[in-house]
Amino acid sequence: MPTFVYMTRCDGCGHCVDICPSDIMHIDKTIRRAVNIEPNMCWECYSCVKACPQNAIDARGYTDFAPLGHSVRVLREEEKGIISWKIKFRDGREKNFVSPITTQPWGEKIPKLGDLEVPDQAALDSQLLCFEPDALNVETGLPVISKDKLKEGVYY
Amino acid sequence: MISINPFSEMSALIPSFVMQTYVVVMFLLVIGATLFDVVHKKSAKYFFNNSEKAKKSATREVGSGEKASIAFKTATNEVLTSSEFCSTRRRLAHLLTMYGFVLFVIATAVMIFSYSTPSSVTPSLWPLLWHFGAAMLCVGGYWFWFFIRVDVAAEGNKWYRVMRADLFVLSLIAMATFALIWSYCQANGVAVWQTLFFGLFIVASTVLFGGVLWSKFAHMFYKPAAAFQKRVTKADGSRENLPEPADMPEKFGLGIKREAPRHY
Repeated sequence: MPTFVYMTRCDGCGHCVDICPSDIMHIDKTIRRAVNIEPNMCWECYSCVKACPQNAIDARGYTDFAPLGHSVRVLREEEKGIISWKIKFRDGREKNFVSPITTQPWGEKIPKLGDLEVPDQAALDSQLLCFEPDALNVETGLPVISKDKLKEGVYY
Repeated sequence: MISINPFSEMSALIPSFVMQTYVVVMFLLVIGATLFDVVHKKSAKYFFNNSEKAKKSATREVGSGEKASIAFKTATNEVLTSSEFCSTRRRLAHLLTMYGFVLFVIATAVMIFSYSTPSSVTPSLWPLLWHFGAAMLCVGGYWFWFFIRVDVAAEGNKWYRVMRADLFVLSLIAMATFALIWSYCQANGVAVWQTLFFGLFIVASTVLFGGVLWSKFAHMFYKPAAAFQKRVTKADGSRENLPEPADMPEKFGLGIKREAPRHY
């Protein structure tokens, strides 16, 4: 189930629009607030939820694993390098998690995935990668975004 | 021009009681339409449901004394200084527009109710405040319209793209602009233009105050209520189910938030 925006909290800043990897968070033309334009394509990565400075975005989990009455909310504090989660079960139990976002200063020790070894034929024939590279559809005209168009702080 | 009461000059054509009746009607339209809007959109129901939901997750009781203190802080921060705005430009534009509107409306009411006969001697303060308020409205309003509106900056729509959501800001800017032009024409004795711009000023004011049901005017009453509710949720521990801020030093600097969103 997708993310949704609390209109009374959103100020239309656009951080969620910038960060959404599926390009489905946009600014509604009529009400000038953020909106998820394609809820069924949302994979609940929580990028927009974490990026929102007003905590105006929440996600509705599918009811098979998150029955109605639950609450999952996150607070990402960049300058402290901390991300906190509060999970409320509908039977009243509550779990709180506090973790570091990163233990290194921003911009340092970023893994260079492009420099890692390319899988050999044996790895490609294994169960883990058996559908690749064909299933990635790389040769069939996928759109490419150049790295200089990515927002600062988004490294891959 | 700026020390002349334009309404006392106008009272030669339009009697004082007509102007006063108009002001009262506009005031009643705002109140009535806001109340109707609250009932129609069920905003009050949503607001109180939200408040009940927060009370269920509250970890402590907030007494009436504390609520009064929260209301005072909401008034001095979110209302008087528009502190909810994260963007400095939006905050400044909003403050200019808000205080400009307040000065303009108060000065209009004082001049119409106290100094609107041809023989009135208006203290120079009121016309000065009236013109200054209109000027502040114009500066803040035009700045917002051309440079700060969300979908213009964010989604690249043209500045001249107009829709119903723009009713409030456009009628506000139009009212202030036509008021200043009317005053200028009156001070320079340009009779035809003076009448035209006075007419346009009245049309813009009527659209502004009469269009409350279709515009965002009523948000000026809803936003302080929402800000108050937000503060109460922080005080009672419910925090809209958000985690508490971590008790850690700010040693990292900004990451994704150091750049304002611009990649659309």
